[in-house]
Amino acid sequence: MDISRRELFVTGGKLLILASVGATFAEITGAAPPGEPYRMADHWWGMLIDIDKCIGCGSCVRACANENHVPAGFFRTWVERYQVEEGRQPHVDSPNGAMDGFPPTARTDLKSFFVPKLCNQCADSPCVQVCPVGATFVSPDGVVLVDESYCLGCRYCIQACPYGCRYLHPAKNTVDKCTLCYHRITQGLTTACCENCPTGARQLVDFKNPRDPVHEFLRKNKVQVLKPYMATEAKVYYKDLDGSVR
Amino acid sequence: MRQLFRDSGHLIRPAVVLLAALGVFLVVRTALIPKAFGKYGHFSPAALDVIRQRPLVYAGQEACVLCHEGEGKERAAGKHAHVACEACHGPQAAHANADDPAAHKPALPDVANLCRRCHERDAAKPAGFPQVATVEHSGGMLCNACHQPHNPHL
Repeated sequence: MDISRRELFVTGGKLLILASVGATFAEITGAAPPGEPYRMADHWWGMLIDIDKCIGCGSCVRACANENHVPAGFFRTWVERYQVEEGRQPHVDSPNGAMDGFPPTARTDLKSFFVPKLCNQCADSPCVQVCPVGATFVSPDGVVLVDESYCLGCRYCIQACPYGCRYLHPAKNTVDKCTLCYHRITQGLTTACCENCPTGARQLVDFKNPRDPVHEFLRKNKVQVLKPYMATEAKVYYKDLDGSVR
Repeated sequence: MRQLFRDSGHLIRPAVVLLAALGVFLVVRTALIPKAFGKYGHFSPAALDVIRQRPLVYAGQEACVLCHEGEGKERAAGKHAHVACEACHGPQAAHANADDPAAHKPALPDVANLCRRCHERDAAKPAGFPQVATVEHSGGMLCNACHQPHNPHL
């Protein structure tokens, strides 16, 4: 086949552009294994928590412990009860992480409410920044995870988390934390805590899904993240969060 | 040429040592770092697959009503329409995914504690949520003596 020098350059240039576009596309979309419809690049997970709907039943705590085999006395999620009196430090209790719910409050004249807590799935997470070995990371779909085969158990991340959401697994001696039920959400299910919340106070959301109700929720409600001054880009949004919550 | 080697030997010898050290470093580095490390960031992408392969414990709402259609309809008509089956009946993936679900029969819920966790009166609960002081309300009788839990009207 005879081709002129001009044709060679033009065809070569086209091929080069095609190849680079193809490579970039594969990079952006995240190469899913064959047969798997889940694409990491199509998701950006977070959670909405509606304080006014939480009844402190502890269903989420029990569900999380069952689903993720959380050892007794440790929590990936827990519920706190705040009782706030004007001019005083708030009284906070969480008996066994609310695993068995709460006994009724002693006083009924205080501003009181429940606050479910879990890993805030920070996009700019302090725990990831301090890990010396790359064992904890933000996945391409926005979930902070721990690679148990890499974790040394040095506990830097436990100290770095401003929300106290990590613990050292007593049997594995590696760090454990909320995975946002990564094994569930990547197959189209919701998290164990959201599945079992009887009032819908917790909602798993996908910020990259244009049809997700999160967009309307954030447009219509006053929301806040925990400790916004830490600039962690937390993705767990609380509706009607009181200023006393830490 | 020989003169040149003799004169610059003090440069060539350390250069050879450095190159050998670099070679050893690269070999060790390749052996220690997993193949795809750094593909998405400073971590091993294999960890994502390991975490994704953890087994389910809660089967999920849709799995339950596939078989228990009647209970699903009864519940949908009442106040518990948005309470998931497993919130009261416990984790049932073993039951739902079993070849013989009857062999993994779920235990009956512990009514004495179950209902109270949500419905015992507490000042911290949202005002609109139905709550009772159980001692005054029923005097120790079990809730399901009067209420049908799937559709808890009287």
